[in-house]
Amino acid sequence: MKSKVLAIPALVWFGFFVLAPLIIVIAVSFATQGTYGGLEWSVTFENYVRAFSTTYLGIFFESLKLALLTTISCGVLGTLMAWAMSTSSPQHRHLYVCAVALPFLTNLIIRIYALRLFVGYGGPLQGTLQFLGIPFDPFVLSQNKVLVFYGMVTTYLPFMVLPLYGAFEKFDFTWVEAAQDLGAGPWKILFSVILPNLKKALGSGALLVFIPSLGEYVIPDLLGGAKNMLYGNLITEEFLKSRHWPFGSALSVLLIVLLLTVAWIYSRRAAKHGS
Amino acid sequence: MLELLNIGKSFASQTALRSVNLSIAEGEFFSLLGPSGCGKTTLLRIIAGLENATEGKIILNSERVDQLSASQRPFNMVFQKYALFPHLTVEENIAYGLKLKKLSKDEIEGRVAEVLALVEMSEFRDRRPETLSGGQAQRIAIARALVNRPKVLLLDEPLSALDQKLREHMQRELRALQRKLKLTFIYVTHDQEEALVMSDRIGIMNKGELVQVSSPREIYENPESIFAAQFLGTTSLLQGELVEISQDLATIRLGDGTLVKAKCNIPSDQIRLGMSLDAYVRKAMVFNRLDTQVFGTQGQ
Repeated sequence: MKSKVLAIPALVWFGFFVLAPLIIVIAVSFATQGTYGGLEWSVTFENYVRAFSTTYLGIFFESLKLALLTTISCGVLGTLMAWAMSTSSPQHRHLYVCAVALPFLTNLIIRIYALRLFVGYGGPLQGTLQFLGIPFDPFVLSQNKVLVFYGMVTTYLPFMVLPLYGAFEKFDFTWVEAAQDLGAGPWKILFSVILPNLKKALGSGALLVFIPSLGEYVIPDLLGGAKNMLYGNLITEEFLKSRHWPFGSALSVLLIVLLLTVAWIYSRRAAKHGS
Repeated sequence: MLELLNIGKSFASQTALRSVNLSIAEGEFFSLLGPSGCGKTTLLRIIAGLENATEGKIILNSERVDQLSASQRPFNMVFQKYALFPHLTVEENIAYGLKLKKLSKDEIEGRVAEVLALVEMSEFRDRRPETLSGGQAQRIAIARALVNRPKVLLLDEPLSALDQKLREHMQRELRALQRKLKLTFIYVTHDQEEALVMSDRIGIMNKGELVQVSSPREIYENPESIFAAQFLGTTSLLQGELVEISQDLATIRLGDGTLVKAKCNIPSDQIRLGMSLDAYVRKAMVFNRLDTQVFGTQGQ
C-alpha cells in the first residue's frame, strides 16, 4: 500500500511529461498541414507513407549508419579505456574516473561550439595550416561528416566507459591466466574469456550510446552543416522551418517505435541471460 | 623428472628469486613452503610460464620447456581462488582446455565425465561456478586442470580459502588423488602442517632462496637453519648469555637465572664469554629430555 502511494509522484510526472506529449505527437502524426503551417485534424496515413519515400529513408539510413558507427567506435575505445583505467593504480584510477565524468560539467552545446571554433574559419587549426602553408578548403574543413562523427564519439564515450569500467572492476585477471594455462592464445582469450564477461556492460553501454545518437541533432547541425542532414535534424526542420508538424510527428513516432523495439529486444535478452 | 637450474628473477630493483636449483622426481608430491613474500608463488608461476625468469632453465625429462609459453607447457595450474570462468558451466569450464586441443566431441565428453567422477562431482555438471561452495569450486578447479593430463600439476595454495575442517579433509583427498594418479604435484603453501602432512619432500623458501629441501621428517627433526626451525614452529626460543663453554657444549644463563646446557654449532673463534645467544628447544622433546641446540648469535 505504502509503496503505491510513494509511486504517485513518479506516475504523475510520467503521465504529464511522457505519456501525454507522446499521445499528442501520435495524434498530430495523423493530421494534415494547414495552408499557413497550422494543423488540420484528420486521420490520414499520408505522413507515414511519405516518411518511407527514398529521400527520407536515405536520411534515415545515413543516421543509422552514423549511430552504429558511433556505438561500435565507443565500444572499442570504451573497452580499451576501461581496461586501462581498471588496471591502473588506485590513485590514478580515481583521477581517470573524474576525467571521464568531467565533460558532464560543461553543457554539450558549449563543448560543440568550442570544437567548432577550433576548426572553424580563423580558428587555431586553420591558422596553423595557413602558417605552415598547407592548402585546405576552409568550408569543407569547418563542417564535415568526420567532425560530426568525432563530436558524437566524444560526447557519448562516457556512457560506454562507465558501465565497462564497472565490469572490469569485477573482472578477475586470473581468469586470463587460467585460460593461458589451459592453452588459449591471445585472440581466443579475448573472445572466450574477456568479452563474454563484458557482454552485459557492452550491451547497456551500447544502448546508452545508440539511442541518443540516432536522434542526435545538435552535433550534426553545428558540425555537419546543411549538407549532412540526419534524422534528428530532419525532424527539427519539419517542426521549426517547414512548419509541417504532422510529418515531423510521424517521423518522431517512427523513431520512437524503432528505439523502443531495440530497448525491448535488449531487455528481453538481458533477462534471459540473467536467469 | 622436472629440473630447475639456477632460476633467478629480479624486478627493477628487487631480487625475487636467487639461483634456485631443484629437481623433482616423477610422481613426487613436492611442497614449496615459506612465509608470504618468500618467492614461492613466483617460482610456481615461473614453472607454469605465467611469469618469465630473468635467468635459469627449466628442464622436463631432458627437454627445455622455459622457452615455451604458458599455453604450450604440459603443466596445468590450480589457482588460489579457483579462477573458474563465471560465464561457463562446470562442464564447459572443464572442457575448455580440451576444446582448444580440438579433440572430438565424444572424447571431450568422455574425459569430462571421467574427471568429474574422479573428484566426485558428477551431479554438478550443469551448475554455474557461482552456485558452488568453496570446496566444490576447488574440486572443479582441480578437475579442470587434471582433465588435460598434465605432466605436472601446479597448485597455488589451493586450500587456503577453505575452513579448517574442510581443509583437512581436502588434504587427505588431494594426497590420495595424487597417489592414485602417480602424478607430479608441486604444491605451494604457507601452512607448515599442511606441507608436513601431505608432501614427499618439502622445499623451504626464505627471501627468494631455497634454504632446505628434504623429507618432512628430516625437516622436522633436523632443520638446517634458524629460519627453518622457527618457521616450522617446532622450536621454542630461549634467549640468554653465554657463561661457560666446553668443547661443543655451551652453558647459557637465561633472564631468570636458569642455566641451560646445549650443543653449540658456532665456530670456536667466534665465541666469547658473556655474548648473548639464542637457544632453540624442540617443543616435541622438551618434556622428555632437554634436547637443546645453540644455533647462532643474535646481536653482538
